[in-house]
Amino acid sequence: MAPQIEPSAGFKFDNVKRNQLLGDKGYKLPTATKTGTTIVGLIYKDGLVLGADTRATAGPIVADKNCEKIHYLAPNMYCCGAGTAADTEFTTNMISSQLALHSLNTGREPRVVAAMTMLKQHLFKYHGHIGAALVLGGYDSTGPHLFTVYPHGSTDKLPYVTMGSGSLAAMSVFESRWQPGMSREEAVEMVKDAIEAGIFNDLGSGSNVDVCVITKGNVEYLRNYARPNERVEKEQSYRFRQGVTEFYAPRAARRGQDTAEMDTSA
Amino acid sequence: MDPIEFRLPHTIQRPKATPNHGPRTHTTRPIVTGTSVIAFKYKDGIMMAADCLASYGSLARFRNEKRLMSVGETTLLGVSGDMSDFQHMQHTLESLLTQEYDMDDGQKLGTKSVYKCISNIMYNRRTKGDPLWNAYVIGGLDNGQKMLGFVDLYGTTYQSATIATGFGGHLAQPILRRRVEGREDELSEEEAVQILDECMRVLFYRDARSLNKLRRAKVTAQGVEISEPYMLETNWSFAESITGYGS
Repeated sequence: MAPQIEPSAGFKFDNVKRNQLLGDKGYKLPTATKTGTTIVGLIYKDGLVLGADTRATAGPIVADKNCEKIHYLAPNMYCCGAGTAADTEFTTNMISSQLALHSLNTGREPRVVAAMTMLKQHLFKYHGHIGAALVLGGYDSTGPHLFTVYPHGSTDKLPYVTMGSGSLAAMSVFESRWQPGMSREEAVEMVKDAIEAGIFNDLGSGSNVDVCVITKGNVEYLRNYARPNERVEKEQSYRFRQGVTEFYAPRAARRGQDTAEMDTSA
Repeated sequence: MDPIEFRLPHTIQRPKATPNHGPRTHTTRPIVTGTSVIAFKYKDGIMMAADCLASYGSLARFRNEKRLMSVGETTLLGVSGDMSDFQHMQHTLESLLTQEYDMDDGQKLGTKSVYKCISNIMYNRRTKGDPLWNAYVIGGLDNGQKMLGFVDLYGTTYQSATIATGFGGHLAQPILRRRVEGREDELSEEEAVQILDECMRVLFYRDARSLNKLRRAKVTAQGVEISEPYMLETNWSFAESITGYGS
């Protein structure tokens, strides 16, 4: 009988089976922090506009009211991420790093298809277990490009896209109003409206609108472009006056006894 | 020799709830189904739309189905979900109207009454574990007052200026809330039709169980009017620039 050789490459899915068995026995698995999310991208006359909401959820709780979902990939490329927050963060960081090295290697500005290929090959290898659903956009030497990348590794190339739990609300805005060759003002306004549709109609999305406009040789990262959910000003000031809290040790006494010079030579 | 078990239809008993069997349940899954219905209040009354499709799973089986009906002279009913359960409700409402007519007491069945009747029937069926697998949109004018309500298979009810069932809740409701909320008494009929068509077009693009042939209906002081089926124009020119899915 031939000996079983453990594959040296590729992901081992043994823990998946283990987790399944534990789940069947009743053990509650921890839920990943999902971004809930409404993310969009659209191509206009001079380039493309990316948009995202800023709410991160852990089940029914808002974990982060103002997180950043538009991730840097390269000077000419940004990526919106929906799905499991850790997966989108680490995956985009990793591909950003790979792109930087690749760019130095080729001596050229990185192309969007390069990032797309790196992302899809990485995600496919993990068969959907890395829950990263991305809207990738950038302007390279071949022009503006917009892609969606799904957790299983499939990609779509489209002029307007939406992802996340608020994607239907945002897509309804795009399907009613998108046209080829829009102006920058129209494009940014439409992205803002699409994200707001997600913020107000989807419970997984909320807070503010982040926008990123990418054109030839230029990127404008508009963090919190719109803030339609600002907290009302508090009616009173709740600050305590100085001197209310007594303390016994003056600052000097808090310095420790080990104040002799350290030898930091190699 | 064992006597052959032969049961006449009227002697067959339904299984009773027992500790071993658990609660009495009925196999319920929708078979022939209609997709979204959307409706909203406008200046002259209520406007509602639904497409002409009754699907059989993923098959577009019946392409000239009526999912909008009038109940009396002042109420409009739109339905999504199982079509056989809708037909049962239709028969129930028809016999209700006949009873009202026979009573001949000068009273007309108002929208609120129809709404309450349907919601009671729906909740009662849900309690028995044998729901009518539908979502109803009921709209009309009660003494000049616009009323628009929703009842679903659980018996959930609510009233709002904008209502959408099924996929419409995800795709059309954001548009309706933005365009209609707060302006129910200002919206003209032309604008209302335009909003309706825009929503139904988006639904045709993005709901895989929809059709671009639809009916539109309105309730005004003049009564209920259900239009003939018409087709929506669609724009697929965005596809010209697309080649492949990557590089």
